[in-house]
Amino acid sequence: MTTMSPAWLRPSRTGLAVRYILLTIGAVAMVLPFLYMLSTSFKGQQYVLTTPPQWFPHPATVSNYTTAWNSDHFPRYFLNSVVVAVVTTVVSLLLSSMMAYAFARFDFPGREAMFRILLLGLMIPAMMLIIPQFILAKYLHLLDSLTGLVVFYVAASLSLNTFLLRGFFEAVPAELEQAMEVDGAGSITRYWRLILPLARPALATATIFTFLASWDEYPWALTIINTPSKQTLPLGIALFQGQNSTLWGLVFAASIAAIGPVIVVFLAFHRHFVQGLTTGAIKG
Amino acid sequence: MTVSAAVRSRKAAIAAGKEARPGSGRASRRRSGGRRVPRRSAIPYAFLAPGFILFVALIIYPMIRAFQMSFYDWRIVAGATSDFIGWQNYVTAFHDRIFWRSLANSGAYMLFTVPPQIALGLFVASLLRAKAPGQGLYRLLFYIPVVTSWVVVSLLFQYLFADAGLVNYVLHGVHATNGHTSWLSGRWTAMVAISALGVWKGIGWSMMIFLAALQGVPRDLEEAAAVDGAGRWRRFRTVTVPAIWPALTFVTVMLVIGGFNVFTSVLLMTGGGPADQTQVLLTFMYEQAFKFLQFGYGSAIAALLTVLVFVLSVIQLRIFRNRETS
Repeated sequence: MTTMSPAWLRPSRTGLAVRYILLTIGAVAMVLPFLYMLSTSFKGQQYVLTTPPQWFPHPATVSNYTTAWNSDHFPRYFLNSVVVAVVTTVVSLLLSSMMAYAFARFDFPGREAMFRILLLGLMIPAMMLIIPQFILAKYLHLLDSLTGLVVFYVAASLSLNTFLLRGFFEAVPAELEQAMEVDGAGSITRYWRLILPLARPALATATIFTFLASWDEYPWALTIINTPSKQTLPLGIALFQGQNSTLWGLVFAASIAAIGPVIVVFLAFHRHFVQGLTTGAIKG
Repeated sequence: MTVSAAVRSRKAAIAAGKEARPGSGRASRRRSGGRRVPRRSAIPYAFLAPGFILFVALIIYPMIRAFQMSFYDWRIVAGATSDFIGWQNYVTAFHDRIFWRSLANSGAYMLFTVPPQIALGLFVASLLRAKAPGQGLYRLLFYIPVVTSWVVVSLLFQYLFADAGLVNYVLHGVHATNGHTSWLSGRWTAMVAISALGVWKGIGWSMMIFLAALQGVPRDLEEAAAVDGAGRWRRFRTVTVPAIWPALTFVTVMLVIGGFNVFTSVLLMTGGGPADQTQVLLTFMYEQAFKFLQFGYGSAIAALLTVLVFVLSVIQLRIFRNRETS
């Protein structure tokens, strides 16, 4: 038994060449804008929009990076983003794994109804709720605070994470849990010592998506944050966009700082991305 | 079900590996014969309570509130009373030229972005389907725009479509235009630029979904069709498309919803301008609410969009189901 594709699926040499040419054109179209952005982040302001455009910065300068980093609040934006994304991810994973454990391992009145209510969160786009959420945040005194970001980011991530984790938890053999129960382990021990460790791949997927979503989030942060020292990276980057003439080098130096970590994480953990995606609930 | 049978079905399910993929959750539960802890106790509620209460308070309650607010002349100012005005906000929307323009622009964005994302996503997925060297790398490259923040790519495309930007330079270079298109200052050229961003950022997503779906296409069927002398296109239409029909349905519905939810790219690339020419429903809603403090009117626009998207989804699901059975 050969593992090769059947002959009709095995393209001819020309077919293969055509395929690679098409793929390469596509891949270049995907990556070139980023490379051009990287290039511009090393250009002085007078070279960012020249005709013909500079493919390679000449003269190259790192002043955009130093300016961005030394500007009033940029390190603060970075720190805020890290704090918000980390806290959101930890709290969301804790709460959603607890819910997933209840849904996957217990029978109780109202289980179906509650799960359905939770699924509503997958269907309603975040922007539809932004007005009443703003009013609510004002009432709860959560405006203009990082807590206000975290609390609403956690709430927004619960549906997807619970949905994702429940599927994994159900796959853990009931016999294992029963054996632990016979040994006298309570439900908290079983959840913490058995279910969570076994679901590590699903937790990784949920971690990546939750972290990324809160790292990139813009509309809610734009709506509730006013104080510069409380802004996150997306807000900070958008602020570099000037009213009349944008300092493109600066914008892109800041952008590289923001997306660099994301792309590194993505390249390192891309398998988990694919898994999360095929659950089919990621809103573009 | 005997214990050994239960164990076996569990093992089979775990061996299949795909068990854990949500969506199959319900099926797996049935297969496992309901071996949950059946006791009636407060324990599950204790596990649910923190997350569920937070969810209901911050997602479900605002959801209900959104519809309610749309019937009020909502005052955010302390001490002011909000009056119930019935359908007045909706009437205002129907008489508002900019509302209709926003709706048309959102619709145009949807039409400009959904078909290319499906066609190109499916095309790239079929190119990447067979195992070949470098396949994984291409997959990653196509997916990078998907994981990049909307803020960054919106600013990037604003830069690329600037008057002296790269797009004009390249188009002039290949003699497609005179190179002086002022992309972001006209309604339709701006919609083209914004849509280009949407397609560029979205191809990787539909590609991934289609790639997963293509793994499930029965090879022997395709082979049989090939033996019968069916050409590439015919094989694609008669074997591949029916096999990936659920994925096609899912991608289309999600992309249409996503299309009507375009916001950040418009806000950052044109701000809805010049003179509200490129306003889409959500930027218009946002401006009414947070610039003019018309929270009731903004809520009405959001409610109209919710209903529209819901109706469109139901229609699409129905069309897809009919095509499947016929």
